[in-house]
Amino acid sequence: MRDVLDAIQRWRAEGKKIAVATVIKAEGSAPRREGARLVVSETGELVGSVSGGCVEGDVLTNALDVIETGRPRLLRYAITDDMVWDVGLACGGAIEVWVEPLPDEGDLA
Amino acid sequence: MSVQRLLEEAVANGRAVVHTLRVDESAPGARMLVWPNGERTGSLGAPALDEIVTQDALDLLNANRRETREYPEHQARVFIEPLLSPPHLVIFGGVHIAIPLVTFAKTLGYRVTIVDPRTKFANRERFPHADAIIPLWPDKAVEQLEMTPSTAFVILTHDPKIDEPALKSVVGKGAGYVGAIGSRKTHAERFRRMAQHGLSTDDLREVYAPIGLDLKAETPEEIALAIMAEIVAVMRGGRGGFLRDAFWRTMGDAIADNTQTT
Repeated sequence: MRDVLDAIQRWRAEGKKIAVATVIKAEGSAPRREGARLVVSETGELVGSVSGGCVEGDVLTNALDVIETGRPRLLRYAITDDMVWDVGLACGGAIEVWVEPLPDEGDLA
Repeated sequence: MSVQRLLEEAVANGRAVVHTLRVDESAPGARMLVWPNGERTGSLGAPALDEIVTQDALDLLNANRRETREYPEHQARVFIEPLLSPPHLVIFGGVHIAIPLVTFAKTLGYRVTIVDPRTKFANRERFPHADAIIPLWPDKAVEQLEMTPSTAFVILTHDPKIDEPALKSVVGKGAGYVGAIGSRKTHAERFRRMAQHGLSTDDLREVYAPIGLDLKAETPEEIALAIMAEIVAVMRGGRGGFLRDAFWRTMGDAIADNTQTT
């Protein structure tokens, strides 16, 4: 969280839309644990990480979609036989990544 | 102010909080902050759910564990994430090893405080990146410091006039790590004197001395690395050996069998 705070605040000041991707579940030898974050700006800049680099590309594509639609989504990555040549975790393990638009709107009552 | 802004503010100021977030279909993105005193901000969408999650959030805060939990009676799935204040490294003695040690600690996200009554050693020119410099004797300085499991104390002066009061004021007070520099001989003598001042053997055993992991470090930078690596190991509950050795200990026979038969 702390490591992506500067980027969030900088992009917000620049008026850019932002998506936040958070590892919410990690199993086996997944390289980054729960709470790891990757933030993406509408122009495709990215700061932070959710894995050792194996799935960031796919998360980026999804994050840009989320910024456009405004709807959060859950992504799952695991190593399986038919995924070896696709997007997967070379390091083994499985992760779930929650991607949402930066929930910045609306004041508390 | 939005929940998100409050969360950012807490993290930026190093204030502990538990972030809880619904990651399900029925209320995606609903979130609530739970503060260490049990108060909460925001809502996950149902008062009864807020109630249960608050309790779980406090439990996970104590255990410092992040996880996603299922609440089938509410068709809810909630990511619960305690965000603790950053660890704090307090260095007694603005000596030469302290300079690279501050660099390593800052890179690892620690807040760093230098304590040394000698302003020739403890000053901004020598430590431009320290978060705080306290030019006081250790027993006075610790009155300004919190001692928690995320506080690490390192004693570096080599001067018994400073080292010993420093040890006395931090040992057995609940810090996550206490280490002191010096040879084995220095320590034997130091501990003998400290015991006379009423510290128990258990208190003294708690001290990482001689300090640092066994890296055969020679330069001040290498020694600082050995100290920092030891602090990370202790704070994270690691053992500090070679991972390779543990691998061969547990997997060695299986791999040897395999390579012989193929």
